[in-house]
Amino acid sequence: MYEFLNELLGNQILAMLLTAAVPLVFILLFTLFAVWLERKVSAHMQDRLGPMRVGWHGSLQLIADFLKILQKEAPVSLEADKPLYNFAPVLVFAGSFAAFAAIPFSSKLIGSEIELGLFYILAVSSFMVIGILMAGWSSNNKYSLLGAMRSAAQIVSYEIPTALVVLGMIMLTGTLSLTKISEMQTSSFWNWYILGGPGLSLSKFLLIPFMIIGFIIIYISTLAEVNRTPFDIPEAESELVAGYFTEYPGIKYAMFMLTEYANMFAVSAIVSILFFGGYQSPVGYLGNMLGIHWMIPFEQAFWFISKGLFFVFVQIWLRWTLPRLRVDQLMALCWKYLIPYAFLNLIIIGIISLL
Amino acid sequence: MRQYLRNTWDGIYTAFVGMKITFKHLFTRAVTIQYPEVKVPMVDRARNRLYVNIEDCIGCEQCSKACPVSCITIDTVKSTPTDPVGTTSNGKKKALWVTQFDIDIAKCCFCQLCVFPCPTECIKMTSVYEYSEFERESLIYKFASLSEAESAEKKANYEKFEAEKAAAKAAAAAKPADQNKTE
Repeated sequence: MYEFLNELLGNQILAMLLTAAVPLVFILLFTLFAVWLERKVSAHMQDRLGPMRVGWHGSLQLIADFLKILQKEAPVSLEADKPLYNFAPVLVFAGSFAAFAAIPFSSKLIGSEIELGLFYILAVSSFMVIGILMAGWSSNNKYSLLGAMRSAAQIVSYEIPTALVVLGMIMLTGTLSLTKISEMQTSSFWNWYILGGPGLSLSKFLLIPFMIIGFIIIYISTLAEVNRTPFDIPEAESELVAGYFTEYPGIKYAMFMLTEYANMFAVSAIVSILFFGGYQSPVGYLGNMLGIHWMIPFEQAFWFISKGLFFVFVQIWLRWTLPRLRVDQLMALCWKYLIPYAFLNLIIIGIISLL
Repeated sequence: MRQYLRNTWDGIYTAFVGMKITFKHLFTRAVTIQYPEVKVPMVDRARNRLYVNIEDCIGCEQCSKACPVSCITIDTVKSTPTDPVGTTSNGKKKALWVTQFDIDIAKCCFCQLCVFPCPTECIKMTSVYEYSEFERESLIYKFASLSEAESAEKKANYEKFEAEKAAAKAAAAAKPADQNKTE
């Protein structure tokens, strides 16, 4: 996309800014939609209606909320460490925004086609831990600090099962590039890695159960990495007010919220790229059928966003189903269950891929 | 080891059971009532805002005496034979002009004790419950149908009539005295 814009505009800086603006606009629009979806889904799962007043079934509620948040006064506590306090929300958002650079929305719509896409995303999303710790520490509030400590412990622990499953996928595909992984699963849902990947060999059928286990592990651990219920102890409302962003008002609070939803989509995107074909259509393209080739990238973006939204919906669904885990249960789940299973899965996938 | 595998299975299985339940609830009908558009019908004998049919009020002040929080204020003026008040809807003759009939609904405790003693059944509870106001003064409902000028006129009428009656009485008292004198 950058190369295309660079050729079109003949200006590197302008092309770069435009390329960066696309995921930013997407994050904002997605957050508007996802918060509305979350509120509606939660309401209907509890037999309520949710927001109904602003716009059709409350669809403009978020815009109203955002306008309200913009008008808020932004007081900073006297005891707070001001530079760190003000920098933390920016850093947290930068971490999740940077991850979007390597996510391929379609074969053409990608910020940067780096070979190390998967590694880059895993690395850059650790930015968030620093930001969260910074927010918790600089607020000088015990709830914030507790939330930040819990969050750091949780994100660091759950990165291990995520990385182990990703490692298995790298062994299988032989590449770290998200675009290449997506391209391998082309043409039909039969080629998706959740169904063993492309080809019709024996190893494909042997892989299916282990792929499903891998998917479950990575889904649980990414859910924990983005601090969503049932792993939301860093911001457990009933214990810690709001966790690490207790002290943040107005627009800075909005940035934390934006980060949360952006991360939800980012991890859903990674899961869908690794196991569900990324931007590949499950059935084939209308553009190919009609012979309109410029339509294909748009169709791919549609499929990619649909898959992402589906996994976001499952995250919301889980949030309103399961109660929050205790700290020790959370750690037990990670270290005693997910990591051993992930290791076993990794070894088995390795053996099968050697066959 | 058996326990370990069992825990794993239970963890996954119970999560799916829970998800199935919440998914079912996603499609059940919401119980929310969209209040200003849809209202729950009030029961027949609901006790809400008071209403006074001033046409039927005979100014007996039974209701204001019954009120435990003294929220009803009534003031009356007697009528004169030349300017009768009229009759109630069931044909009783009214003897008093009701110049003031104020209910401070902010004080009202909705006990309905004022309704029972009313001889003409003119004070009653309605089912209106949405009457919030910005000013506390607006919650004092004035039911008297007479304007201030009219009530002043009625008062003057009555005083005039009384004065005339007193004068007549004095005259009548003087007359026999005169007669006695002449005799």
